[in-house]
Amino acid sequence: MPLDNIVFWVFAPISIASAIGMLLVRNAVHAALFLIVNFFCLAVFYLLLDAPFLFAVQIVVYAGAIMVLFLFVIMLLGVDSGVPIHERLLVQRPLAFLLGAAFVVEMFLAIRAGVGFATKAPAVFTANEGGNTQAVAKILFTQYFFPFEVTSVLLLVAAIAAMVLAHRKARTVTQAEIDAAAGEPDTEEMPVYGAEAAP
Amino acid sequence: MIPTPALEFRPILPEILLCTFAIVGMLYEAFARRPDPVPHLAIAIVGIGPAAVTAYALWDWSGPSYVLGDTVAVDRFSVVSRFVLLGAAFVGCLYYTHYASRDPGSFRGEFYPLTLFATAGMTLITAANDLIVIFLALELLSLSLYVLTGITGRRRASEAAMKYFLLGAFSSAFFLYGVAMAYGAATSTKIVGVAAPGIVQALAGQTGSQALALLAMALLVVGFAFKVSAAPFHMWTPDVYQGAPTPVVAFMGAATKVAAFFALIRVFDVGLQPLTWDWTPVIYGLAVVSIVVGSVVAIAQRDVKRLLAYSSIAHAGFILTGLTAANSTGIGAAMFYLVAYAVVTLGAFGIVMLVSARGEEQTSLDAYAGLARRSPGLAALMTVFLLSLGGIPPTAGFIAKVTVFSAAIGAGNWPLAVVGVVASVVAAYFYVRVIVYMYMREPAEGIESDDGVMPRIAAGVLAAGIVVLGIFPGILTGILEPASIVRW
Repeated sequence: MPLDNIVFWVFAPISIASAIGMLLVRNAVHAALFLIVNFFCLAVFYLLLDAPFLFAVQIVVYAGAIMVLFLFVIMLLGVDSGVPIHERLLVQRPLAFLLGAAFVVEMFLAIRAGVGFATKAPAVFTANEGGNTQAVAKILFTQYFFPFEVTSVLLLVAAIAAMVLAHRKARTVTQAEIDAAAGEPDTEEMPVYGAEAAP
Repeated sequence: MIPTPALEFRPILPEILLCTFAIVGMLYEAFARRPDPVPHLAIAIVGIGPAAVTAYALWDWSGPSYVLGDTVAVDRFSVVSRFVLLGAAFVGCLYYTHYASRDPGSFRGEFYPLTLFATAGMTLITAANDLIVIFLALELLSLSLYVLTGITGRRRASEAAMKYFLLGAFSSAFFLYGVAMAYGAATSTKIVGVAAPGIVQALAGQTGSQALALLAMALLVVGFAFKVSAAPFHMWTPDVYQGAPTPVVAFMGAATKVAAFFALIRVFDVGLQPLTWDWTPVIYGLAVVSIVVGSVVAIAQRDVKRLLAYSSIAHAGFILTGLTAANSTGIGAAMFYLVAYAVVTLGAFGIVMLVSARGEEQTSLDAYAGLARRSPGLAALMTVFLLSLGGIPPTAGFIAKVTVFSAAIGAGNWPLAVVGVVASVVAAYFYVRVIVYMYMREPAEGIESDDGVMPRIAAGVLAAGIVVLGIFPGILTGILEPASIVRW
């Protein structure tokens, strides 16, 4: 058995177990930690697929930067502020399991018929000619430079979106309004975001 | 050393202009001393106007058909969609300016930049020739729309935005998975490849994997069906339409459908053209379910915004009916339907905004009782829009329905046309019920409409367009005919 396969069969169960663990644990911090494990497994898969650049990026950007921010936000909002989940439509649960299982089987069969398993397409070697990182750079700045530019606009919009949602205009509140609000706790206006987290 | 693709930016000038003026709008918002919608509107119009001019300049494009490394297609098909989308953005901005002026507390200047960004995403998605660009443009328009939905910060709007975001992110994941599978099948993400074989060439030459291509097709359908709100991927539509501010719904309802359908046409009728026999039954099924669910559930609605949401689901089904004919007749029919639908949606939600005198109040059917006595103009305009939605002559909606049904029958899908006609009769009931409320009920006490002039003029122009198109459809079909032939 080649080394690739041994590494794959070690990491594949870990990645699936961590993904399921992430869904099942109640504590948000634990879920985030499971997600980090999952990201690391994914990085290993990239390595197995001869994509060392993606391996590094996955660890630096996702497992590193994004997860730190993620944990930061969870801590900021308060770990224990989990909302109890009421499942109203219990009928959906078996149906979701059934359809999910059907989807997995469908994917399995299609990929098996399409590319088979444990074979590495010769295209990978031609694509990686001259080094993987160089190959990524070459394709990113020639063929795919326009999608690359569109991504920058997308990130700009994401930043604006976060700002619009988080920054509600501060306005002076009169004593009369506070008194009125005390009488009717359920007002139409949304409370300022993050107000609950303030000590 | 490394060959770089030719930098031909003229085909994406409309998008560049929209993004530029969106950024200008954001900068203005940052430095504005007091909230005032008028300068924002001016900035938006300065962006939209030249964008339309540069789009028009592409009508007689003589350069290469695919530019920027084959990621963007230049054809009349995308020019038509850009015009409709820019028009929708313009009307949406006009509505919001009025909406903000009557309720200054809820005004957010970011509406205009976000609308321009959403429009840039929408126009780009209809011109994109690469599944990755389609995905990015889809995210660009979706992200902007999620925020626009919740921009007032009202509880209902925030809830709608959250729902839209969660379900939208879920459907985007399906779409992205589909893109990955398409790459696996064809080793390319280009719909039509010039430098290297694209998806259509790989599938036509049977060099790719059929199984992966079918899986890609199924996953891409999920992504698109969510965006066009076709049943059974429609769950978000009623809540978002009801919760979002009405000017946003007017823009979103009209423009998202146009953009997503144009992209769907390019991906399926061009990229997956060798798989036509496999995807038409899927579209067929979606069309039947959408038409039936939309028309039947709408009967029970007492809120006009919800009613129009279910009607939009049914209309998605009618447009899909036209697309079951995978030829230029079907594409042309769907395009005509989309233009007519966009105009009607913009107009109808304009009236809804005027009837709900402040914020999102008075959207229930009772607020429309006796509208003809309070403001006969509004009632008359609403009647025109409802008749067009119901497909009753002499409106554009009638011609649109006839063309999609005849396209479906021409492709041998007559049972679908029968379902469509029966559902149209059912749907006529709830459109006519609103008209009956407006003309034959006594007006309720304490309800007053808004007397805004600008939205009235806009709705009036849209209604006139609907009637003109209903009587002289040749005006539009003459434009759509050279645009509806998408070649590769």
